[in-house]
Amino acid sequence: MNTQTTAVDIRVHRVQVVNRNEEYQCREDKTLLVGMERSGAHAIDIGCRGGGCGICKIRVLKGEYERKRMSRAHISEAEENSGYALACRIFPRSEMVIESDHYDPATIQTK
Amino acid sequence: MKKGVMRPGHIQLRVLDMKEALEHYRDLLGLIEVETDSQGRVYLKGWTEVDKFSVVLREADEPGMDFVAYKVLNNQVLEQLEQELKEYGCQVEEIPAGELNGCGRRVRFDSPTGHMFEIFAEKEQTGKWGVKNVNPEAWPRDLKGMKATRFDHCLLYGPNIEGTVKMFQEVLGFDIAEQVIDDEGKRPALFLTVGMKAHDVAFIECPEPGKLHHASFFLDTWEDVLRAADLISMEDVSLDIGPTRHGLTHGKTIYFFDPSGNRSEVFCGGDYHYPDHEPVTWTADELGKAIFYHDRALNDRFLTVLT
Ligand code: FES
Ligand SMILES: [Fe+2]
Repeated sequence: MNTQTTAVDIRVHRVQVVNRNEEYQCREDKTLLVGMERSGAHAIDIGCRGGGCGICKIRVLKGEYERKRMSRAHISEAEENSGYALACRIFPRSEMVIESDHYDPATIQTK
Repeated sequence: MKKGVMRPGHIQLRVLDMKEALEHYRDLLGLIEVETDSQGRVYLKGWTEVDKFSVVLREADEPGMDFVAYKVLNNQVLEQLEQELKEYGCQVEEIPAGELNGCGRRVRFDSPTGHMFEIFAEKEQTGKWGVKNVNPEAWPRDLKGMKATRFDHCLLYGPNIEGTVKMFQEVLGFDIAEQVIDDEGKRPALFLTVGMKAHDVAFIECPEPGKLHHASFFLDTWEDVLRAADLISMEDVSLDIGPTRHGLTHGKTIYFFDPSGNRSEVFCGGDYHYPDHEPVTWTADELGKAIFYHDRALNDRFLTVLT
C-alpha cells in the first residue's frame, strides 16, 4: 500500500481586512495573499504573488507573521519596521488584522 | 536598414532568492544551467542556443531586469555602433571582456524609457546543448520541465517609448513589426524586430521608467504550451493568464510569474517580418483583442503588474 501523507497540524488563522470589511481564514503554510485567493474573498489585490510588483501591499495592524524577502522598491526598511508588507510574502502565525490597498505607483523607489 | 545587429544575446534578471529562481528557470522552464560566476550570478540557456548563455540571474533585494543585450556581427560593427550611440547622445559605458564569463567586450547604453541595453560581438560558442552539430539528432533526451528552446524577447514598460524605439531604429537598425495606434495618433505599444521574428523586443508606454513586463522563451508547438500550462498547475506556480493567443504577433502563449514576481512567458508560433513589410497595426480601441485574442479584454494585471 502506498504511504499517505496528510497535511496534519497546519494551523489556520483568521485574517480581518478592515478597510474592505472582509475576513477570511488563512493556513500557516500559505501567504496572506494566496490564503485570501483560496478562500474566495476579495480583500487584497492580486499581482505577481512573488514579492516583486507591490500590488498586494498591506499594513499589518495586529498579529504575528513570518516574512520572506520582498522587493525593496515597494517596502523600504522604515516601512518594514512600521508594519508594511507584501501580502504575498508573509505567513500568519496568529490572528491578524490588516489594512490592504496600500499600493501606490507614485511612491516606487527606482534605482 | 540593417546595421549589423543579429539577435537577442542575453538578459540579466534580478531575483530575490537564487535557489527558488533556479527551480523556476532550470527545473520548470527547462533552461540548461551553465555555470555560476565569482559574483554568484547563475548563467543559463535554452538547449537550441549556440552561444554559451542567454539568461543571467543575479540575487538582489529588488526584482526586475538589469539589462538586455543584443549580439552584433563582429567587432568592427561593435565599434561603429558604439560611436553612433555616443553621437546619438546615449550615456555609453564599456564593460570589459570577461565581466560575464565567456562574453567579449560589451557596450552598455541607457535609453529614454530608463532601460539599460548592451551590444556585444563575441561570446563563447558551446553549441546546442545535448546534440552535435554534425548529423544532429532531433532533440536531447534529458530536458526538464517545459523544455524551453531559447530566450526569445522581452517586453519592457517605460515612459517615452517613441524615444527608445527611434534609437533602436536609427542607430541599431531594428524595424517596427507591429504597432498599436490610438485615435490621436499616439502609439502606446511598439514591437520591434531585427530579423524575421515577429519581435526581438517590445515596448509599452508607462510612467514608471525601466520596468520589465516579461521575459519570453520559445516552444515549438501549441501542445508544448498546453503541457507548460499543466506543469504550472502541477507545481502550483503563480499563473497570470493563458494558455491563449495574442492578437499582436498571433503567438500562442501563457504568462506566469517566477518566485520573485518577474513575469515569464512561453509561446509558440507567430507572424514573420521582412524589411520591406509595413508594420502591422492594431487600433487602440481593439487593444483587448490585440493583447488577448480570445478574451478580447485586458486583465488588470497586464498594465499594472511589473518588476
Ligand atoms: S502580488 Fe506582487 S508583490 Fe505581492
Ligand atoms: Fe511576449
